[in-house]
Amino acid sequence: MGDIDSIASSNLVTLARRKFDTLVIGAGGGGLRAALQLSQADANVAVVSKVFPTRSHTVAAQGGMNAALANVLPDNWHWHMYDTVKGSDYLGDQDAIEYMCRAASHLVVELEHAGVPFTRLEDGRIYQRAFGGQSQNFGGEQAVRTCAAADRTGHAILHTLYQQNIRAKTHFFDEHFAVDLILDDDGYVLGALTLEIETGELLLIEAKTTLLATGGAGQLFRTNTNAHINTGDGLAMVLRAGLPIQDMEFFQFHPTGIAGKGMLITEGARGEGGYLINKDGERFMARYAPKAKDLASRDVVSRAIAVEVRDGRGCGANGDHVFLKLDHLGAETVHKRLPGICDMVTTFLGIDPAVEHIPVYPTAHYTMGGIPTDRDGRVVAPVNSGEEPVPGLYAVGECACVSVHGANRLGGNSLLDIVVFGRAAGNDINEFLTANRYHRPLNDASVEQALTRLARWDRTGDGESVSQLRDELQSTMETYCGVFRSDEVLKEGVDEVLALEKRLEGAVLQDHSKTFNTARIEALELENLMELAIATVCSALERRESRGAHSRIDFTERDDVHWLKHSLFFKEDRRLDYKPVRMKPLSVESFPPKERVY
Amino acid sequence: MHFRIYRFNPETDREPYMQEYTIDDLDPSLMLRDALLHIKAQDETLSFRHSCGEGVCGSDGMNINGRNGLACVTSLSSLSEPIEIRPMPGLPVVRDLVVDMSQFFHHYRAVKPYLIVHDPVPEVEFRQTPEERDKLDGLYECILCGCCTTSCPSFWWNPDRFRGPAALLQAYRFLADSRDQATEQRLNELDGPYRLFRCHTIMSCVDVCPKGLNPTRAIHNIKKLMVKNSI
Repeated sequence: MGDIDSIASSNLVTLARRKFDTLVIGAGGGGLRAALQLSQADANVAVVSKVFPTRSHTVAAQGGMNAALANVLPDNWHWHMYDTVKGSDYLGDQDAIEYMCRAASHLVVELEHAGVPFTRLEDGRIYQRAFGGQSQNFGGEQAVRTCAAADRTGHAILHTLYQQNIRAKTHFFDEHFAVDLILDDDGYVLGALTLEIETGELLLIEAKTTLLATGGAGQLFRTNTNAHINTGDGLAMVLRAGLPIQDMEFFQFHPTGIAGKGMLITEGARGEGGYLINKDGERFMARYAPKAKDLASRDVVSRAIAVEVRDGRGCGANGDHVFLKLDHLGAETVHKRLPGICDMVTTFLGIDPAVEHIPVYPTAHYTMGGIPTDRDGRVVAPVNSGEEPVPGLYAVGECACVSVHGANRLGGNSLLDIVVFGRAAGNDINEFLTANRYHRPLNDASVEQALTRLARWDRTGDGESVSQLRDELQSTMETYCGVFRSDEVLKEGVDEVLALEKRLEGAVLQDHSKTFNTARIEALELENLMELAIATVCSALERRESRGAHSRIDFTERDDVHWLKHSLFFKEDRRLDYKPVRMKPLSVESFPPKERVY
Repeated sequence: MHFRIYRFNPETDREPYMQEYTIDDLDPSLMLRDALLHIKAQDETLSFRHSCGEGVCGSDGMNINGRNGLACVTSLSSLSEPIEIRPMPGLPVVRDLVVDMSQFFHHYRAVKPYLIVHDPVPEVEFRQTPEERDKLDGLYECILCGCCTTSCPSFWWNPDRFRGPAALLQAYRFLADSRDQATEQRLNELDGPYRLFRCHTIMSCVDVCPKGLNPTRAIHNIKKLMVKNSI
């Protein structure tokens, strides 16, 4: 290790540095919405992204963004709030959910003014479609709440936010990988060490505030709807900074990934009138959710598909999937409302979804857990019996856990989450910058941990490859931490993942060049995934109940007496702690837990 | 399957070369990106960009058997062997299949690719009829992969001055938007011999666009608007 330490020290002397008011890590919708708020307020903003901003995974969001505009059917934010609380299986924090649902309509209009090409109704207003888990009047008839730009809503929103940031002259550091946060001895976050991918050069970005908007960790699982880049980097950085991450046992499996391949088929396909059938042609969701049927919450639909397949009613030669049926909608509706899905299904399956059924199966999709924050986007950590903000650190979007999604996110609420809390964090950062006018001194020693982490990959010689370990980690998580879980299987899962962690220590890179070394980036990403795999299986093993996306076959019921609380996982000793759910909304009555039927 | 892949690492190579790879037992229904990941698992020194794997992020534009396309939506069965893969032409190569796209994005930013509205905005959404909104179809879906611009001979000749098909498609996306109020400014900024008028209707852009968009038509429509605005 002596040589690695000396490499780390020599890097420190020559380290390039830049200073900004605020650093945003991640250029998806959450990071860009926050950056826009800050740039428009004349703060000096640096956005660091490991890919060019429009490559961020927000671009792949399809169906839309929830807001009670009531453009199609009667609606209001309070009904939206009820649906979100119920969808979260009562694990969502009701103050944050009220805040989000109240803000939704205003923020959709703001995006429209910024240029998002929403699909239109005949009268020129924004088109809305039905989505899962939505109701009018607190559990009544289906609502129509999801604002859509065809089935490319994420693309439309991400490009618009990037374009507005160009206009606002935000500083972008494209293709820079954030290695680790820099903290001082008082626990203030002072910025991050980054690696410029093209040159392999390090850059220390000092900032009075740092916002993490690094997205989810869908690459934990072998079959997933996520992009290659979704490796939960921000969550792992937070763990390494000694802070906890919250509710990691709740991972959403989307009901309709293309079977065996994983590409997402939007819930909007069912919102437009499509439905699921088993091998007998039966519309089986009627048995699981008599009222909402195919538009029940995602956890409910995913479990139903898994049960159909398990009980021998699956389709195909191996009976390992069900069909999504759209042909009864007519080619015009399918091609006009779901053009992206048509392209994708044609490309990957060679069929026209307006004619043939799409084979689908639940697929790892969304990280409900994340970095604990309050509704201003401030990262919070336990202090004595309560919790306090970590000074200078913010998180928004899929990497954060406010928690507005609780144990199960509703479709259409993630695009909403990123703009609502991106904006809120931007506003709070502006206040922080007013109160904290100067950069705090940065002690060189605080950078050394990050430098050591990097230098470890300079080792040469024999060792296992990163890609081999990544494959095994993904298979392990799929096998031991999937849709249905049990004590026995999860215990094995913990052992398996810890064994992989041990093997990762011995992994070696064959490529040590500096120029655009994607192998090195993937090694750093795998380290991040490994931290999160451990957090996920350990949190899942402890939670002895079934709630939302976390289904235990050995504890099949929700247990509000013992488990109506958030998990907090710490890297040190793999310790778990818990904190209460905030049941008190801002201005309305609380929605107490009740049986959840759709 | 037999692959020939362009390799260049500026730290070790004096000039680029083609490297041969043979991969057995590849399912031909897989995409080219799957094959490249397969190759990378054996030789991690091969560098290329990729991310979403479904043709929406625009990361993995490359030249495949002489034609620009996205690796993740190009099926192996559609390609004849040896499958020859090179970086997109016309831009500096950083390493292997990775090109420096700075100039491409410079032109994108230069067309002011954002909605410009001078009037005070209403407290509700702007009204836009379905017919007005339909005019944005075929324009807003661009993923900035660069396949079109780097296959354009006019761009190869004047990469510093000709905006290129991708940027011009974006320019027209805002000219065509019923909400935008900067038509005259946008048209003025595209006037002159190079920025727009280097397009010679070669239509390589239309031929290669992985999203099926038509930048040539957008360029033609900008020219029509210029004529209309000048009389």
